[in-house]
Amino acid sequence: MPTYTLNTPLTDSDIDKLRSGDVVLLNGIIYTGRDAAHKRITDLLDAGKPLPFDLKGASIYYVGPSPAPPGRPIGSAGPTTSYRMDAYAPRLHALGLKASIGKGKRSDEVKKTMQEHKAVYFGATGGAGALLSKCITAAKVIAFEELGPEAVRELTVKDFPLLVINDAFGGELYAKPKLDD
Amino acid sequence: MREIKAADISAAVAQMCMSANTKLPDDVRRKFEEGHKNETTEAGKEIFRQLLENADLAFETKLPLCQDCGLAIFYVELGEEVFVPGGINKAITEGMVTGYKDGYLRKSSCDPLLRKNTGDNTPAIIHIDFVPGDKLKISYMAKGGGSENMSRVTMLAPSQGWEGIKKFVVQRVAEAGPNPCPPVILGIGIGGTFEYAPKIAKKALLRKLDDVHPDPKVAEMEAELLAAVNKLGIGPMGLGGSYTCLAVKIALAPCHIASLPLAVNVQCHSARHEEVEF
Repeated sequence: MPTYTLNTPLTDSDIDKLRSGDVVLLNGIIYTGRDAAHKRITDLLDAGKPLPFDLKGASIYYVGPSPAPPGRPIGSAGPTTSYRMDAYAPRLHALGLKASIGKGKRSDEVKKTMQEHKAVYFGATGGAGALLSKCITAAKVIAFEELGPEAVRELTVKDFPLLVINDAFGGELYAKPKLDD
Repeated sequence: MREIKAADISAAVAQMCMSANTKLPDDVRRKFEEGHKNETTEAGKEIFRQLLENADLAFETKLPLCQDCGLAIFYVELGEEVFVPGGINKAITEGMVTGYKDGYLRKSSCDPLLRKNTGDNTPAIIHIDFVPGDKLKISYMAKGGGSENMSRVTMLAPSQGWEGIKKFVVQRVAEAGPNPCPPVILGIGIGGTFEYAPKIAKKALLRKLDDVHPDPKVAEMEAELLAAVNKLGIGPMGLGGSYTCLAVKIALAPCHIASLPLAVNVQCHSARHEEVEF
Protein backbone atom coordinates (compact mmCIF):
# COMPACT_ATOMS: atom_id res chain seq x y z
CA MET A 1 0.00 0.00 0.00
CA PRO A 2 1.63 3.28 -1.13
CA THR A 3 2.30 5.83 1.58
CA TYR A 4 2.74 9.51 0.82
CA THR A 5 3.92 12.29 3.07
CA LEU A 6 2.20 15.47 1.91
CA ASN A 7 2.30 19.10 2.96
CA THR A 8 -0.60 21.52 2.90
CA PRO A 9 -1.78 23.42 0.95
CA LEU A 10 -2.36 20.49 -1.41
CA THR A 11 -1.78 20.96 -5.13
CA ASP A 12 -3.28 19.37 -8.23
CA SER A 13 -0.17 17.25 -8.64
CA ASP A 14 -0.53 15.95 -5.07
CA ILE A 15 -4.12 14.97 -5.83
CA ASP A 16 -3.17 13.39 -9.17
CA LYS A 17 -0.94 10.79 -7.57
CA LEU A 18 -3.42 9.66 -4.90
CA ARG A 19 -5.60 6.57 -5.30
CA SER A 20 -8.18 5.01 -3.01
CA GLY A 21 -6.44 2.91 -0.39
CA ASP A 22 -3.27 4.98 -0.28
CA VAL A 23 -1.99 6.05 3.12
CA VAL A 24 -1.23 9.74 3.52
CA LEU A 25 0.67 11.37 6.35
CA LEU A 26 -0.48 14.96 6.22
CA ASN A 27 1.63 17.88 7.45
CA GLY A 28 1.00 21.58 7.83
CA ILE A 29 -2.14 23.62 8.41
CA ILE A 30 -5.64 22.17 8.19
CA TYR A 31 -8.95 23.73 9.22
CA THR A 32 -11.71 22.26 11.32
CA GLY A 33 -15.33 22.63 10.35
CA ARG A 34 -18.45 20.59 10.91
CA ASP A 35 -22.19 21.14 10.70
CA ALA A 36 -22.70 24.63 12.13
CA ALA A 37 -19.42 26.02 10.72
CA HIS A 38 -20.34 24.85 7.22
CA LYS A 39 -23.66 26.63 7.53
CA ARG A 40 -21.87 29.84 8.59
CA ILE A 41 -19.30 29.55 5.78
CA THR A 42 -22.10 29.11 3.26
CA ASP A 43 -23.90 32.14 4.70
CA LEU A 44 -20.69 34.19 4.26
CA LEU A 45 -20.38 33.04 0.65
CA ASP A 46 -24.04 33.94 0.00
CA ALA A 47 -23.42 37.39 1.43
CA GLY A 48 -20.23 37.82 -0.64
CA LYS A 49 -18.16 38.23 2.52
CA PRO A 50 -14.59 36.97 3.07
CA LEU A 51 -14.08 33.53 4.61
CA PRO A 52 -12.01 32.92 7.75
CA PHE A 53 -9.40 31.03 5.69
CA ASP A 54 -8.34 30.68 2.06
CA LEU A 55 -10.08 27.72 0.42
CA LYS A 56 -7.44 27.40 -2.33
CA GLY A 57 -5.58 24.16 -1.67
CA ALA A 58 -7.18 23.88 1.76
CA SER A 59 -8.03 20.74 3.71
CA ILE A 60 -11.05 20.74 6.02
CA TYR A 61 -11.20 18.28 8.90
CA TYR A 62 -14.74 17.40 9.99
CA VAL A 63 -14.15 17.41 13.73
CA GLY A 64 -15.46 18.97 16.91
CA PRO A 65 -12.62 18.38 19.37
CA SER A 66 -13.10 17.95 23.09
CA PRO A 67 -11.74 20.86 25.18
CA ALA A 68 -7.97 21.10 25.55
CA PRO A 69 -6.85 20.13 29.05
CA PRO A 70 -4.04 22.21 30.59
CA GLY A 71 -0.71 21.62 28.86
CA ARG A 72 -2.16 20.24 25.63
CA PRO A 73 -2.99 22.05 22.37
CA ILE A 74 -6.27 20.18 21.92
CA GLY A 75 -8.40 17.45 23.44
CA SER A 76 -9.52 14.32 21.63
CA ALA A 77 -9.93 15.02 17.94
CA GLY A 78 -11.25 12.19 15.79
CA PRO A 79 -13.43 12.57 12.70
CA THR A 80 -17.20 13.05 12.65
CA THR A 81 -19.49 11.46 10.04
CA SER A 82 -19.02 13.22 6.72
CA TYR A 83 -22.37 12.83 4.92
CA ARG A 84 -23.80 15.71 6.94
CA MET A 85 -21.40 18.05 5.11
CA ASP A 86 -22.36 16.67 1.66
CA ALA A 87 -24.81 19.52 1.18
CA TYR A 88 -21.98 22.05 1.48
CA ALA A 89 -18.94 20.27 0.06
CA PRO A 90 -19.50 20.65 -3.73
CA ARG A 91 -19.56 24.44 -3.49
CA LEU A 92 -16.36 24.47 -1.43
CA HIS A 93 -14.57 22.11 -3.83
CA ALA A 94 -15.55 24.39 -6.71
CA LEU A 95 -13.83 27.22 -4.83
CA GLY A 96 -10.57 25.33 -4.39
CA LEU A 97 -10.99 23.00 -1.41
CA LYS A 98 -8.62 20.11 -2.13
CA ALA A 99 -9.45 17.67 0.65
CA SER A 100 -11.97 16.87 3.30
CA ILE A 101 -11.20 14.57 6.21
CA GLY A 102 -13.88 12.57 8.01
CA LYS A 103 -15.42 9.13 8.24
CA GLY A 104 -18.25 7.43 6.40
CA LYS A 105 -19.77 7.57 2.95
CA ARG A 106 -20.01 10.59 0.63
CA SER A 107 -22.82 11.34 -1.80
CA ASP A 108 -22.50 10.71 -5.51
CA GLU A 109 -22.66 14.45 -6.05
CA VAL A 110 -19.67 15.08 -3.77
CA LYS A 111 -17.68 12.30 -5.46
CA LYS A 112 -18.47 13.76 -8.88
CA THR A 113 -17.44 17.24 -7.75
CA MET A 114 -14.15 15.87 -6.43
CA GLN A 115 -13.42 14.43 -9.88
CA GLU A 116 -14.31 17.70 -11.59
CA HIS A 117 -12.20 19.87 -9.31
CA LYS A 118 -9.34 17.48 -8.45
CA ALA A 119 -9.97 16.81 -4.80
CA VAL A 120 -9.90 13.84 -2.45
CA TYR A 121 -11.76 12.57 0.56
CA PHE A 122 -9.60 11.21 3.37
CA GLY A 123 -10.77 8.91 6.14
CA ALA A 124 -9.34 9.13 9.64
CA THR A 125 -10.05 6.43 12.22
CA GLY A 126 -13.30 7.16 14.02
CA GLY A 127 -13.23 6.66 17.76
CA ALA A 128 -9.47 7.11 17.95
CA GLY A 129 -9.61 10.75 19.02
CA ALA A 130 -6.99 10.50 21.75
CA LEU A 131 -4.52 8.84 19.38
CA LEU A 132 -5.13 11.32 16.55
CA SER A 133 -4.66 14.28 18.89
CA LYS A 134 -1.00 13.26 19.23
CA CYS A 135 -0.47 14.40 15.65
CA ILE A 136 -1.89 17.87 16.30
CA THR A 137 0.84 20.16 17.53
CA ALA A 138 -1.06 23.45 17.65
CA ALA A 139 -4.66 24.63 17.55
CA LYS A 140 -6.30 28.03 17.57
CA VAL A 141 -9.87 29.19 17.02
CA ILE A 142 -10.00 31.48 13.99
CA ALA A 143 -13.77 31.94 13.54
CA PHE A 144 -17.19 31.44 15.10
CA GLU A 145 -15.85 31.03 18.64
CA GLU A 146 -19.43 31.07 19.97
CA LEU A 147 -19.99 27.67 18.34
CA GLY A 148 -17.79 26.05 20.99
CA PRO A 149 -16.71 22.61 19.73
CA GLU A 150 -18.02 23.57 16.28
CA ALA A 151 -15.85 26.71 15.95
CA VAL A 152 -13.41 26.84 13.04
CA ARG A 153 -9.91 26.04 14.25
CA GLU A 154 -6.58 26.21 12.51
CA LEU A 155 -4.68 23.04 13.34
CA THR A 156 -1.02 22.33 12.76
CA VAL A 157 -0.62 18.64 12.07
CA LYS A 158 2.44 16.43 11.90
CA ASP A 159 2.22 13.11 10.03
CA PHE A 160 -1.55 13.03 10.52
CA PRO A 161 -2.49 9.46 9.43
CA LEU A 162 -5.14 9.26 6.71
CA LEU A 163 -6.51 6.82 4.17
CA VAL A 164 -7.67 7.93 0.74
CA ILE A 165 -11.32 6.84 0.66
CA ASN A 166 -12.38 8.60 -2.56
CA ASP A 167 -9.76 9.74 -5.04
CA ALA A 168 -10.22 12.20 -7.90
CA PHE A 169 -10.74 9.37 -10.41
CA GLY A 170 -13.90 7.75 -9.05
CA GLY A 171 -12.10 5.31 -6.76
CA GLU A 172 -13.89 4.07 -3.64
CA LEU A 173 -12.27 2.30 -0.70
CA TYR A 174 -15.31 1.35 1.38
CA ALA A 175 -16.45 -2.27 1.25
CA LYS A 176 -19.81 -2.75 -0.49
CA PRO A 177 -22.16 -4.63 1.86
CA LYS A 178 -22.85 -8.17 0.68
CA LEU A 179 -26.63 -8.51 0.58
CA ASP A 180 -28.31 -11.70 -0.63
CA ASP A 181 -30.99 -10.06 -2.78
CA MET B 1 -36.91 5.51 54.38
CA ARG B 2 -33.21 5.58 53.57
CA GLU B 3 -31.78 9.01 52.87
CA ILE B 4 -29.05 9.37 50.25
CA LYS B 5 -27.39 12.77 50.04
CA ALA B 6 -27.70 14.56 46.70
CA ALA B 7 -24.07 15.68 46.99
CA ASP B 8 -22.92 12.05 47.22
CA ILE B 9 -24.91 11.18 44.10
CA SER B 10 -23.54 14.19 42.21
CA ALA B 11 -19.95 13.34 43.15
CA ALA B 12 -20.36 9.71 42.04
CA VAL B 13 -22.01 10.72 38.76
CA ALA B 14 -19.27 13.26 37.99
CA GLN B 15 -16.61 10.63 38.61
CA MET B 16 -18.49 8.08 36.50
CA CYS B 17 -18.75 10.46 33.52
CA MET B 18 -15.02 11.16 33.62
CA SER B 19 -14.04 7.54 34.12
CA ALA B 20 -16.34 6.06 31.46
CA ASN B 21 -15.08 8.49 28.83
CA THR B 22 -11.43 7.63 29.42
CA LYS B 23 -11.47 3.93 30.28
CA LEU B 24 -12.66 1.44 27.70
CA PRO B 25 -14.78 -1.26 29.40
CA ASP B 26 -12.90 -4.58 29.81
CA ASP B 27 -15.45 -6.55 27.77
CA VAL B 28 -15.09 -4.14 24.82
CA ARG B 29 -11.32 -4.29 25.09
CA ARG B 30 -11.41 -8.10 24.98
CA LYS B 31 -13.43 -7.92 21.74
CA PHE B 32 -10.87 -5.51 20.24
CA GLU B 33 -8.07 -7.93 21.16
CA GLU B 34 -10.00 -10.80 19.61
CA GLY B 35 -10.61 -8.74 16.47
CA HIS B 36 -6.97 -7.72 16.25
CA LYS B 37 -6.04 -11.39 16.31
CA ASN B 38 -8.79 -12.85 14.12
CA GLU B 39 -9.92 -10.17 11.65
CA THR B 40 -9.48 -11.44 8.11
CA THR B 41 -8.37 -8.18 6.50
CA GLU B 42 -5.13 -6.32 7.19
CA ALA B 43 -6.97 -2.98 7.13
CA GLY B 44 -9.40 -4.29 9.75
CA LYS B 45 -6.59 -5.60 11.94
CA GLU B 46 -4.90 -2.21 11.74
CA ILE B 47 -8.07 -0.46 12.93
CA PHE B 48 -8.23 -2.75 15.98
CA ARG B 49 -4.55 -2.02 16.65
CA GLN B 50 -5.24 1.72 16.58
CA LEU B 51 -8.28 1.35 18.82
CA LEU B 52 -6.27 -0.58 21.41
CA GLU B 53 -3.52 2.03 21.30
CA ASN B 54 -6.17 4.75 21.59
CA ALA B 55 -7.64 3.06 24.67
CA ASP B 56 -4.22 2.83 26.34
CA LEU B 57 -3.49 6.46 25.56
CA ALA B 58 -6.88 7.68 26.80
CA PHE B 59 -6.45 5.83 30.08
CA GLU B 60 -2.93 7.20 30.55
CA THR B 61 -3.61 10.81 29.58
CA LYS B 62 -7.29 11.10 30.61
CA LEU B 63 -8.09 12.41 27.16
CA PRO B 64 -11.54 11.12 26.14
CA LEU B 65 -11.53 7.90 24.08
CA CYS B 66 -13.60 9.78 21.52
CA GLN B 67 -14.11 13.53 21.15
CA ASP B 68 -17.85 12.85 20.98
CA CYS B 69 -18.49 12.37 24.68
CA GLY B 70 -22.11 12.03 23.79
CA LEU B 71 -25.36 13.05 25.28
CA ALA B 72 -25.39 11.75 28.84
CA ILE B 73 -27.97 9.00 29.28
CA PHE B 74 -28.81 7.68 32.74
CA TYR B 75 -30.78 4.60 33.76
CA VAL B 76 -31.83 4.80 37.38
CA GLU B 77 -33.19 2.00 39.50
CA LEU B 78 -34.57 3.89 42.45
CA GLY B 79 -35.67 1.94 45.51
CA GLU B 80 -39.13 2.96 46.66
CA GLU B 81 -37.76 3.39 50.18
CA VAL B 82 -35.04 5.82 49.07
CA PHE B 83 -35.34 9.56 49.72
CA VAL B 84 -32.99 12.03 48.02
CA PRO B 85 -33.39 15.49 49.57
CA GLY B 86 -33.34 18.05 46.75
CA GLY B 87 -34.33 15.48 44.14
CA ILE B 88 -32.55 12.80 42.17
CA ASN B 89 -32.88 14.46 38.74
CA LYS B 90 -31.11 17.56 40.01
CA ALA B 91 -28.42 15.50 41.74
CA ILE B 92 -27.64 13.54 38.58
CA THR B 93 -27.73 16.60 36.33
CA GLU B 94 -25.36 18.56 38.58
CA GLY B 95 -22.97 15.62 38.71
CA MET B 96 -23.03 15.28 34.93
CA VAL B 97 -22.34 19.00 34.43
CA THR B 98 -19.38 18.84 36.85
CA GLY B 99 -18.00 15.67 35.25
CA TYR B 100 -18.15 17.09 31.74
CA LYS B 101 -16.53 20.34 32.89
CA ASP B 102 -13.78 18.93 35.11
CA GLY B 103 -13.05 16.02 32.76
CA TYR B 104 -12.66 18.31 29.72
CA LEU B 105 -15.39 16.31 28.02
CA ARG B 106 -17.09 17.72 24.96
CA LYS B 107 -20.47 19.37 25.43
CA SER B 108 -22.56 18.16 22.49
CA SER B 109 -26.11 19.22 23.35
CA CYS B 110 -27.76 21.99 21.33
CA ASP B 111 -31.11 23.59 20.51
CA PRO B 112 -32.67 21.44 17.76
CA LEU B 113 -33.50 24.31 15.43
CA LEU B 114 -31.30 27.22 16.44
CA ARG B 115 -28.38 24.76 16.87
CA LYS B 116 -27.07 26.80 19.81
CA ASN B 117 -25.01 24.69 22.20
CA THR B 118 -26.50 24.51 25.70
CA GLY B 119 -22.93 24.90 26.96
CA ASP B 120 -22.93 22.31 29.73
CA ASN B 121 -24.24 19.18 28.00
CA THR B 122 -27.63 19.59 29.66
CA PRO B 123 -30.16 18.19 29.68
CA ALA B 124 -29.07 14.84 31.03
CA ILE B 125 -31.47 12.22 29.70
CA ILE B 126 -32.68 10.36 32.76
CA HIS B 127 -34.85 7.24 32.81
CA ILE B 128 -36.09 6.29 36.28
CA ASP B 129 -37.56 2.93 37.22
CA PHE B 130 -38.92 2.48 40.71
CA VAL B 131 -37.95 -0.84 42.27
CA PRO B 132 -38.74 -2.38 45.66
CA GLY B 133 -36.23 -1.79 48.47
CA ASP B 134 -33.82 0.89 49.65
CA LYS B 135 -31.06 0.68 47.05
CA LEU B 136 -30.14 3.02 44.24
CA LYS B 137 -28.36 2.06 41.03
CA ILE B 138 -27.35 4.59 38.38
CA SER B 139 -26.02 3.50 34.98
CA TYR B 140 -24.44 6.09 32.70
CA MET B 141 -24.00 5.82 28.96
CA ALA B 142 -22.13 8.32 26.76
CA LYS B 143 -24.09 8.10 23.51
CA GLY B 144 -22.42 9.58 20.47
CA GLY B 145 -24.35 11.25 17.66
CA GLY B 146 -22.79 9.41 14.71
CA SER B 147 -24.11 6.00 15.71
CA GLU B 148 -27.37 7.41 17.07
CA ASN B 149 -28.07 8.93 13.62
CA MET B 150 -27.90 5.44 12.09
CA SER B 151 -30.55 4.07 14.49
CA ARG B 152 -34.15 3.50 13.42
CA VAL B 153 -37.61 2.69 14.76
CA THR B 154 -40.17 0.99 12.58
CA MET B 155 -43.65 -0.44 13.06
CA LEU B 156 -43.71 -3.83 11.34
CA ALA B 157 -46.87 -5.80 10.65
CA PRO B 158 -47.22 -8.85 12.91
CA SER B 159 -47.17 -11.07 9.80
CA GLN B 160 -43.57 -10.00 9.11
CA GLY B 161 -42.39 -11.74 12.27
CA TRP B 162 -38.81 -12.77 12.95
CA GLU B 163 -37.90 -12.91 9.26
CA GLY B 164 -39.08 -9.30 8.85
CA ILE B 165 -37.12 -8.25 11.91
CA LYS B 166 -33.92 -9.87 10.64
CA LYS B 167 -34.34 -8.32 7.21
CA PHE B 168 -34.84 -4.83 8.65
CA VAL B 169 -31.83 -5.08 10.98
CA VAL B 170 -29.46 -6.41 8.32
CA GLN B 171 -30.66 -3.80 5.82
CA ARG B 172 -30.16 -1.06 8.43
CA VAL B 173 -26.57 -2.06 9.13
CA ALA B 174 -25.88 -2.41 5.39
CA GLU B 175 -27.21 1.08 4.69
CA ALA B 176 -25.32 2.56 7.63
CA GLY B 177 -22.10 1.04 6.25
CA PRO B 178 -19.01 2.83 7.57
CA ASN B 179 -20.96 5.77 9.03
CA PRO B 180 -21.56 4.68 12.66
CA CYS B 181 -17.92 3.65 13.35
CA PRO B 182 -18.15 -0.12 12.97
CA PRO B 183 -17.64 -2.62 14.45
CA VAL B 184 -20.96 -1.69 16.00
CA ILE B 185 -23.04 -3.09 18.81
CA LEU B 186 -26.76 -3.42 18.19
CA GLY B 187 -29.44 -2.86 20.80
CA ILE B 188 -32.65 -4.34 19.42
CA GLY B 189 -36.03 -3.59 20.98
CA ILE B 190 -38.80 -5.90 19.82
CA GLY B 191 -42.37 -5.18 20.92
CA GLY B 192 -43.73 -2.57 23.28
CA THR B 193 -44.98 0.61 21.63
CA PHE B 194 -43.61 3.37 19.40
CA GLU B 195 -41.75 4.96 22.32
CA TYR B 196 -41.06 1.84 24.37
CA ALA B 197 -39.22 -0.23 21.73
CA PRO B 198 -36.30 2.24 21.43
CA LYS B 199 -36.19 2.66 25.17
CA ILE B 200 -35.54 -1.04 25.77
CA ALA B 201 -33.27 -1.23 22.71
CA LYS B 202 -30.97 1.41 24.16
CA LYS B 203 -31.03 -0.04 27.65
CA ALA B 204 -29.99 -3.42 26.20
CA LEU B 205 -26.70 -1.74 25.20
CA LEU B 206 -25.74 -1.69 28.88
CA ARG B 207 -25.28 -5.46 28.84
CA LYS B 208 -21.78 -6.94 28.76
CA LEU B 209 -20.73 -7.83 25.22
CA ASP B 210 -19.88 -11.41 26.17
CA ASP B 211 -22.91 -12.16 28.34
CA VAL B 212 -25.50 -14.70 27.21
CA HIS B 213 -29.20 -13.85 27.34
CA PRO B 214 -30.86 -15.93 30.09
CA ASP B 215 -33.60 -17.05 27.68
CA PRO B 216 -31.97 -19.61 25.34
CA LYS B 217 -34.40 -18.75 22.54
CA VAL B 218 -33.42 -15.06 22.68
CA ALA B 219 -29.75 -16.00 22.98
CA GLU B 220 -30.16 -17.97 19.76
CA MET B 221 -31.85 -15.01 18.04
CA GLU B 222 -28.97 -12.75 19.09
CA ALA B 223 -26.43 -15.19 17.66
CA GLU B 224 -28.40 -15.53 14.43
CA LEU B 225 -28.61 -11.77 13.94
CA LEU B 226 -24.92 -11.30 14.76
CA ALA B 227 -23.94 -13.88 12.14
CA ALA B 228 -26.29 -12.37 9.54
CA VAL B 229 -24.92 -8.86 10.10
CA ASN B 230 -21.31 -10.00 10.04
CA LYS B 231 -21.86 -11.68 6.66
CA LEU B 232 -22.18 -8.14 5.22
CA GLY B 233 -18.39 -7.82 5.23
CA ILE B 234 -18.42 -4.09 6.07
CA GLY B 235 -15.64 -4.58 8.63
CA PRO B 236 -13.90 -2.17 11.00
CA MET B 237 -14.50 1.44 9.87
CA GLY B 238 -16.03 0.07 6.66
CA LEU B 239 -12.69 -1.13 5.31
CA GLY B 240 -13.89 -4.73 4.86
CA GLY B 241 -13.71 -7.75 7.12
CA SER B 242 -15.58 -10.13 9.33
CA TYR B 243 -16.02 -7.78 12.31
CA THR B 244 -18.91 -5.52 11.35
CA CYS B 245 -20.69 -6.08 14.65
CA LEU B 246 -19.31 -7.09 18.06
CA ALA B 247 -22.59 -8.09 19.71
CA VAL B 248 -26.36 -8.02 19.34
CA LYS B 249 -28.45 -7.46 22.46
CA ILE B 250 -32.19 -8.06 22.20
CA ALA B 251 -34.89 -6.85 24.58
CA LEU B 252 -38.47 -8.06 24.21
CA ALA B 253 -41.72 -6.58 25.47
CA PRO B 254 -45.37 -7.52 24.90
CA CYS B 255 -47.04 -5.36 22.26
CA HIS B 256 -50.48 -4.55 20.87
CA ILE B 257 -52.16 -7.35 18.89
CA ALA B 258 -52.05 -5.05 15.83
CA SER B 259 -48.33 -4.16 16.08
CA LEU B 260 -44.77 -5.37 15.89
CA PRO B 261 -42.64 -2.38 16.93
CA LEU B 262 -38.94 -2.72 16.20
CA ALA B 263 -36.11 -0.44 17.29
CA VAL B 264 -32.49 -0.75 16.20
CA ASN B 265 -30.18 1.35 18.35
CA VAL B 266 -26.74 1.39 16.80
CA GLN B 267 -23.80 1.82 19.16
CA CYS B 268 -20.31 2.60 17.89
CA HIS B 269 -17.31 0.52 18.96
CA SER B 270 -16.52 3.09 21.65
CA ALA B 271 -19.20 1.65 23.93
CA ARG B 272 -18.77 3.75 27.03
CA HIS B 273 -20.88 3.04 30.09
CA GLU B 274 -20.47 2.55 33.83
CA GLU B 275 -22.69 2.09 36.82
CA VAL B 276 -22.66 2.99 40.48
CA GLU B 277 -24.68 1.61 43.37
CA PHE B 278 -25.67 3.13 46.69
